[in-house]
Amino acid sequence: MSEHYNFAYLDEQTKRMIRRAILKGVAVPGYQVPFASREMPMPYGWGTGGVQVTAACLTPEDQLKVIDQGADDTTNAVSIRKFFQKTAGVAVTERTTEASVIQTRHRIPETPLTEGQILVYQVPIPEPLRFLEPRETETRRMHALEEYGLMHVKLYEDIARNGAIATAYAYPVKVEGRYVMDPSPIPKFDNPKLSNSPALQLFGAGREQRIYAIPPYTQVISLDFEDHPFEASKAPHPCDLCGDEGSYLDEVITDDQGGRMFVCSDTDHCESRREAGHTGRLSPQEDAA
Amino acid sequence: MNPIAMKGGFTDAPVQSAQNFRALLSALSQPGTLVEMAGAEPPAPLSPAAGAAALVLFDGTTPVHLAGRLDTPDLRDWITFHTGAPLVAAEQAMFALGHWDDLQPVTRFAIGTPEYPDRAATLIVEMPDLTPDGATLRGPGIDGEATLSLPETRAFQMNRALFPLGFDTYLTAGNRIAGLPRSTLVEAV
Repeated sequence: MSEHYNFAYLDEQTKRMIRRAILKGVAVPGYQVPFASREMPMPYGWGTGGVQVTAACLTPEDQLKVIDQGADDTTNAVSIRKFFQKTAGVAVTERTTEASVIQTRHRIPETPLTEGQILVYQVPIPEPLRFLEPRETETRRMHALEEYGLMHVKLYEDIARNGAIATAYAYPVKVEGRYVMDPSPIPKFDNPKLSNSPALQLFGAGREQRIYAIPPYTQVISLDFEDHPFEASKAPHPCDLCGDEGSYLDEVITDDQGGRMFVCSDTDHCESRREAGHTGRLSPQEDAA
Repeated sequence: MNPIAMKGGFTDAPVQSAQNFRALLSALSQPGTLVEMAGAEPPAPLSPAAGAAALVLFDGTTPVHLAGRLDTPDLRDWITFHTGAPLVAAEQAMFALGHWDDLQPVTRFAIGTPEYPDRAATLIVEMPDLTPDGATLRGPGIDGEATLSLPETRAFQMNRALFPLGFDTYLTAGNRIAGLPRSTLVEAV
């Protein structure tokens, strides 16, 4: 840990302000609390909101896991993990089960979360109504009046054009029957995991200066219609490395002849399964000799 | 200035603030759970838990109301020295510290506005004792139901009826704290 930084990078005054916003977010699940987002030593769009929420929550006893689209080993995840190793001196892990704080970009781990864990989401556009109504004054009033008809019109137009709700990520949800919330660009496959989770879920949007939360054991419902119920979809394949039929998959192009493979997007989940002896279509074959 | 005011703060503010904030966060996100606070030694009659909460949350931007028996010169000086928070009347307060009967009527406190429900007061209520039995709690953060010793139930039911507006509450006794956000449904046993 570098002695040149205050614990977890931010100054105490800033952390106090963020902490108060987090607590108000917890008290009003799904409501976006404005906060005075700071410049961070990384560009907007790289998780500055998530980083500020994580910085306000970390204690020296924490084990931090950072994932980017499910992977522990991609640029965004590696650099944020290093950032907190340097500025907070916290232990880091790639194991979902060992982590006390998990910062995520656009996935919820496959391994079910447990009580006491905190999942911090990086959020680009926190306002679910923003692409339908660009004015903040109007969307704020729509939330105040619980006026969410526009969102249903958008989902209906999906059905009218495509025969089904085409929204595949950042699928809008309603929290405890009150606020419509953007769950950040997680695939809709992950939406059912938002509801009734034993873990605390915190959302940070740095550029847009909003923090919101879903406390543990909170009801989160994906918006839908009786005749077009919500469906958590994924590519209809097993993982080619660990054989899991139920995990969310990334498609990887392997050559220019149309070759491709499907692998778990959650690298920790996939590795744990392979260590436990599970194999998939493209697993290296054991040499009989 | 009164020398008592300068004692009893955190000795390692960044780390102790972080640890105590996590206690506050788990208390508020799991209503009914009793959580331990540590590191603050405020002058009597403020409890160490309430003192630690004050050190974590208060600063020059958060008007604080000291109610009734807690409005002592020692405590005024202590809060001012350690946090810089302006001391104000109940109606202007973002945070209030007091015993339940001193905080009455609680309808004085800010409940936020429909556009900004976060602009609501947080009450830190000193209790003679805090035990995991009494009123039944249900709602976000609670797996099924929980129980907690509350000073009364009616005020919290009326507060819940205002949701998403309403004040949020912490209950403290000794070094223990419990959270009761406005989202919690309270029922007397």
